[in-house]
Amino acid sequence: MSLAALDITPNYYLVVGALLFTIGAVGLLLRRNVLVMFMCVELMLNAANLTFVTFSRALNDIGGQVIVFFTLVVAAAEVAVGLAIIVAIFRRRRGATADDVRLLKG
Amino acid sequence: MTVEAVLFFFAAALALGGAVGVVLGRNPVHCALLLVVTLVAVAIFFLLQEAQLVAAVQIIVYAGAIVVLFLFVIMLLGVDKDESLRDPIPYQRPAAVALGAILLAEIFVLAGRTWATGATSVRGSVRRRVDGQDLGNIQRVARTLFTDFLWAFELTAVLLVIAVVGAVVLARRSGQRAQLDEHEQAIEEQITEAELSEAAEEEEEEEEEEVVMP
Repeated sequence: MSLAALDITPNYYLVVGALLFTIGAVGLLLRRNVLVMFMCVELMLNAANLTFVTFSRALNDIGGQVIVFFTLVVAAAEVAVGLAIIVAIFRRRRGATADDVRLLKG
Repeated sequence: MTVEAVLFFFAAALALGGAVGVVLGRNPVHCALLLVVTLVAVAIFFLLQEAQLVAAVQIIVYAGAIVVLFLFVIMLLGVDKDESLRDPIPYQRPAAVALGAILLAEIFVLAGRTWATGATSVRGSVRRRVDGQDLGNIQRVARTLFTDFLWAFELTAVLLVIAVVGAVVLARRSGQRAQLDEHEQAIEEQITEAELSEAAEEEEEEEEEEVVMP
């Protein structure tokens, strides 16, 4: 296939979505800083959003774009509560390392 | 190459580069800023796929609100650069990379299966004319959001209220006052004393003004 006639099919977007999701998942497993782990969760949510919008266009169904709104709302709620928990943990102990808070008991 | 192809590869490079930067960055502030790069690149993908409203909301909510919240918390808690490199589980890091590779392979295998049916539209079209009108993207999303998804839409309001109340309860100080260490308590007492003295001075000034006024 020549470069001039390159057609961007939905598969291209799906591959980028899958790669983004994998990078987010690996980051979640690799990192110890809770804030960065949260950012990796956001990456995974974005990959899911990208897949939704891609299928919305591929299947000609606006529902995919509507679902993205609900994902955004859930992401915003999750970040608000999650960051509040991180701030509460920080009051008790210094450092944002996930290994230090493996027990629910403080 | 077509315009879409050029923009696609540009945005793909930005998105994947930013994502790798988020994972590998040492400084959490850099991670947050690289996250913005990825989010903007995903917004470009949305624009390329005729989802203009979602692209705008993506930038406003994610880059404008969520990442700013991240930066606020990073600044509030202090930038923590020294991350422990000790693995609590032996070989956790190589295992994480291996699991990531397996996950990617799994996604590609499953995506080729027949349950990704490619069924046609049920919720309203992205492009086709509705009732003889040529609707914009916002109108199409609104029609579906406020008819088929109305109940879910109302539930998101409840979810947001719960999240806000939960965040306030968790981040509130007064419930934990007894458990604060002495140093922190001493600082708080100093602050409250300073506030009290300031308030007293202000009251005095106000009283003086009142005397002058008549």
